[in-house]
Amino acid sequence: MSATHGSVHSLWTVAAEAPSIEYAQLSPTLLVLGAAVIGILVEAFAPRRLRYGAQVLLAFLGLAGAFAAVVGLAVGGYATEKAAVAGVGAIAVDGPALFLQGIILLVAVVAVFTFAERRLEPTAHGTRVDSFAAQPAAVPGGEGERAAVRAGWTTTEIFPLLLFAVGGMLLFPAANDLLTLFIALEVFSLPLYLLCALARRRRLLSQEAAVKYFLLGAFSSAFLIFGIALLYGYAGTVSYAGIAQVVEGSVPSPSPALASAMASDALLLIGGALVVMGLLFKVGAVPFHMWTPDVYQGAPTPVTGFMAAATKVAAFGALLRLLYVVLPGLRWDWEPVLWGVAIASMLAGAVIAITQTDVKRLLAYSSIAHAGFILAGVVAVTPSGVSSVLFYLLAYSFVTLGAFAVVTLVRDAGGEATHLSKWAGLGRRSPLVAAVFAVFLLAFAGIPLTSGFAGKFAVFKAAAEGGAGALVVVGVIASAIAAFFYIRVIVLMFFSEPSPEGPTVAIPSAFTTAAISIGVAVTLVLGVAPQYFLELAGQAGVFVR
Amino acid sequence: MESLIGLLVAAPLLGAAVLLCGGRRLDRAGHWLGTALAAVSFALGAVLFFDMLGRSGGERTLHQHLFSWIPVEGFQADVAFRLDQLSMTFVLLITGVGTLIHLYSVGYMEHDARRRRFFGYLNLFLAAMLLLVLADNYLLLYVGWEGVGLASFLLIGFWQHKPSAAAAAKKAFLVNRVGDAGLAIAIFLMFTTFGTFAFGEVLAAADGAGEGTLTAIGLMLLLAACGKSAQVPLQSWLGDAMEGPTPVSALIHAATMVTAGVYLITRSGAIYDAAPNAQTVVVIVGAVTLLFGAIVGCAKDDIKKALAASTMSQIGYMVLAAGLGPIGYAFAIMHLVTHGFFKAGLFLGAGSVMHGMNDEVNMRKYGGLRRHMPITFVTFGLGYLAIIGFPGLSGFFSKDLIIEAAFSAGGVRGWVLGGATLLGAALTAYYMTRVMLLTFFGEERWRHRPTATPAEPDVEPAAGRGAAAPGRASGQTAGQAAGAAAEPHPHESPRVMTLPMIVLAFGSVFAGGLFNWGEAFVHWLEPVTRFEHPHPPLPIPVITGATVAVMLLGVGLAWLQYGRRPVPVTAPRGSLLTRAARRDLFQDDFNHAAFVSGGQHLTRSLVYLDHTVVDGAVNGTAAAFGGLSGRLRKVQNGFARSYAVSMFGGAAVLVAATLLMRAV
Repeated sequence: MSATHGSVHSLWTVAAEAPSIEYAQLSPTLLVLGAAVIGILVEAFAPRRLRYGAQVLLAFLGLAGAFAAVVGLAVGGYATEKAAVAGVGAIAVDGPALFLQGIILLVAVVAVFTFAERRLEPTAHGTRVDSFAAQPAAVPGGEGERAAVRAGWTTTEIFPLLLFAVGGMLLFPAANDLLTLFIALEVFSLPLYLLCALARRRRLLSQEAAVKYFLLGAFSSAFLIFGIALLYGYAGTVSYAGIAQVVEGSVPSPSPALASAMASDALLLIGGALVVMGLLFKVGAVPFHMWTPDVYQGAPTPVTGFMAAATKVAAFGALLRLLYVVLPGLRWDWEPVLWGVAIASMLAGAVIAITQTDVKRLLAYSSIAHAGFILAGVVAVTPSGVSSVLFYLLAYSFVTLGAFAVVTLVRDAGGEATHLSKWAGLGRRSPLVAAVFAVFLLAFAGIPLTSGFAGKFAVFKAAAEGGAGALVVVGVIASAIAAFFYIRVIVLMFFSEPSPEGPTVAIPSAFTTAAISIGVAVTLVLGVAPQYFLELAGQAGVFVR
Repeated sequence: MESLIGLLVAAPLLGAAVLLCGGRRLDRAGHWLGTALAAVSFALGAVLFFDMLGRSGGERTLHQHLFSWIPVEGFQADVAFRLDQLSMTFVLLITGVGTLIHLYSVGYMEHDARRRRFFGYLNLFLAAMLLLVLADNYLLLYVGWEGVGLASFLLIGFWQHKPSAAAAAKKAFLVNRVGDAGLAIAIFLMFTTFGTFAFGEVLAAADGAGEGTLTAIGLMLLLAACGKSAQVPLQSWLGDAMEGPTPVSALIHAATMVTAGVYLITRSGAIYDAAPNAQTVVVIVGAVTLLFGAIVGCAKDDIKKALAASTMSQIGYMVLAAGLGPIGYAFAIMHLVTHGFFKAGLFLGAGSVMHGMNDEVNMRKYGGLRRHMPITFVTFGLGYLAIIGFPGLSGFFSKDLIIEAAFSAGGVRGWVLGGATLLGAALTAYYMTRVMLLTFFGEERWRHRPTATPAEPDVEPAAGRGAAAPGRASGQTAGQAAGAAAEPHPHESPRVMTLPMIVLAFGSVFAGGLFNWGEAFVHWLEPVTRFEHPHPPLPIPVITGATVAVMLLGVGLAWLQYGRRPVPVTAPRGSLLTRAARRDLFQDDFNHAAFVSGGQHLTRSLVYLDHTVVDGAVNGTAAAFGGLSGRLRKVQNGFARSYAVSMFGGAAVLVAATLLMRAV
């Protein structure tokens, strides 16, 4: 009893010395989370008619400020020689973290544009509305919903939710211990579950998607936390550097009590595999991919675009750090397993996409295949592997955002017309929109002069140099299969007769126009002149230990 | 001075760019712009020529290095020019005759709606041809080679609304591709053998290379020359190329482009000197072509086709001479230049006749035109006397020298070649006299037309003539229709057309004598082509006498057949040889049987193979993946519980695999 009392006492006295927090180095995350908190206050206190403008401005400023902070840190040398571990060892500030945070923030800015679009839906009783439900808490089709629509309500909470998710995503690839990793995961997952349920049209489908995502996400989180527990049991610490040292055997056992457990590699191997599995769920790799098509299809399209782009960036960042910092000593154990996952993802994604009839599901399977391509770069385990993955994520995220933004434009009486048969002959009626979508599809397919080619080339080159030649061969075959269904959509758009009752292309406001334009610009610039960005990714390719 | 060389090419190139991109605003003055730029090029050439004369023999070669075209390790291709006596000769011929023909075209194409474009193409041709002869290396020469091919294609098919013109352009293009492939292969071989393309380095190193390689290079260069210069076996395009406007036939298909093959062989002399077998093939090709063309020329009733066959035959003389080595190179070039004068003059004369005859080309419907077109008659007549080798005129000197050189080849070879050239001279005299008699002498067959179709009552003769001039613009079919409706009114052509004919007639008369004055031309070229005096087995006066005798024999025979007796308007059936010659000695039948039908069969079987085997494999693969996809997507059943089970299974596999890896 007294011993317990004593330990509690000592905890208190230790805690009395406040840890030193490097606020400047953590400023990107802090700015975004701060803006999210202010957003909540705006929801609570500002009048309803002012909320939309205030939230869009606040989200934009918060994200832009955070991006400026990331650029400032990178220019200040934190990406290279001054790379450090901040926040009492919990958060890394280094090249990969800053590069990925930059991508996530840019993606989020573009996502804010698509969230804020209010020209596509027909006006509800004189109010311009967005793609999100008037009152999410109301029963779909019930009296409450009708009243909310009549009143012209909109769900401006989406902006703080987006900011919270972005805050978690910023933390995720920078997390330098397992607990921070888990918390960051939950911080960005929970707002995403909510956002998925907020579609204005087809609300039941949207809610089903959210529930599935939540259930499966919780399931995978359980695996992840179980893995963390096993790793803690093995190493006696949750710090990445600490675990790495124990794996390498460079430190003696921290306590005699743990010595017997540490002798058992089973804890390490199982724990490592489960943590990796939790991250593979987030990137949507086979066999943890099955939520992807259902959720991508059901979620509001702006949310799908954001989720598909930013989640992948954050999760691959965390996976890279885990494999390169914590588990490099186990490389010969996890590399073959990830080979299998990469091959399965590439082939399954590409093959199943062939028979899809819905644009959003098609893009979901395409994202599974792309997860496989990126994994090919991850298993290279070389500095060029890291930089190729960073570059690929930059290229892929903007193509994805742009493609989903185009999907929001093609509409008929029931909202977005996502069935592929309705896209037939789109090139005849709306050549510009069809051409832009064709650019994105060609980038997905990895055709030269688009960012997709540069990214795929970088990843395959790194994989081949890393000794994964067979993986590259499978990757190229999968690319060929994938090219079929991308090109098929192009053929459908340009070489089929349009049906008379086909969809119309809505004229968007400046928000979506800007989002699509940025997507096209990044796709073409990275495709035509990738060298500068490849070098940037190359400089950012070293993890802090 | 060196910097002027680039301008020589740049002037017509600028003209082509301005005329082809300038649009309709230039329609009114474009032809004068094109002519002026050709004249500028000629003036530059003249300045460079007098500058060159001012220097001694060894220092006359000028180089201009513009830029490195492809600067890679081990592969240096430069854009550089070389102006020596050989290229200087060509520059003056090309720009001089080119300027005259530009001038002539101003009148000839007056009523054509697309005259600006025509001059743009002519300028493009000049630029490409100058690039060809000025290039300092084989790769740049190839650029010019393809450039003149393109210009030739565009100009043959200039009246592309006529199916015959479009087909002729296509035929010329395709046949030339065979030759171009030869040039490309020759350049590949040069690069692998010598590691360079530059004339200086390749030709200097030629002695050191193996004879087999040199023979291969020589034969491939000969193939290229055959394509461009219409030599057997790639001769079939030249006759059809007469579908182009007559100035084009005069400039490209008589005076300049078709002689590019002779230039190539002469320029590559060092390679042939070291490869006697290739040289023998060159001589054979030349001898065969000179007889082939002459025989065909004897039977053609179309004035332009007769002249085209004659061109083929005369280039055969040049190729034969070039194949004789240092005793023949200078004579080949000399005949090339004199031929440039008189053949261009003859073509322009033919164009002038057609201009006055409602575009009629059938000589059997001419006759007695000397009274109606005196200037054309005199200039054409001087060209005629020059080509048959009438003593004192240009052709006499240049052809006689080639015949002497042919006899000097030594042994049986010399006698065979000498005999062939003499026979060719007799045939030349025969077919050219025939052309002359049919066109300018005899009764006026265009007047009494036994099968005259009834004239349309509402078309007056004057209106018929008015329609005839645009008829050339809108095609020969329209012209013939107008000609059938109204009797032609032959008249002399305007001054702008007769002036170039007069200038060229002066060249036809005096150039040969001038060149031969103290062997001036031979000594001029000697630093580039080297020269050895031929030593014929017979005394030179005997050979000259024989040449004149066979010429008179040919003239006499033609007069017996076409001068003494009236000429039927419809061609008689003729002997077997005549009928064969009318069909170009079955060249097209041979090509069709040997290549076209075989190619079509190959294409058909490849298409069949593509449809069954290739498409089958591709479609089968696609169907297999589609089926697989259809099965796999059933796994995605929409139930969260199934997804969770699959995740659990996946996690189990992942863990098991990781543990297994450690166990293994």
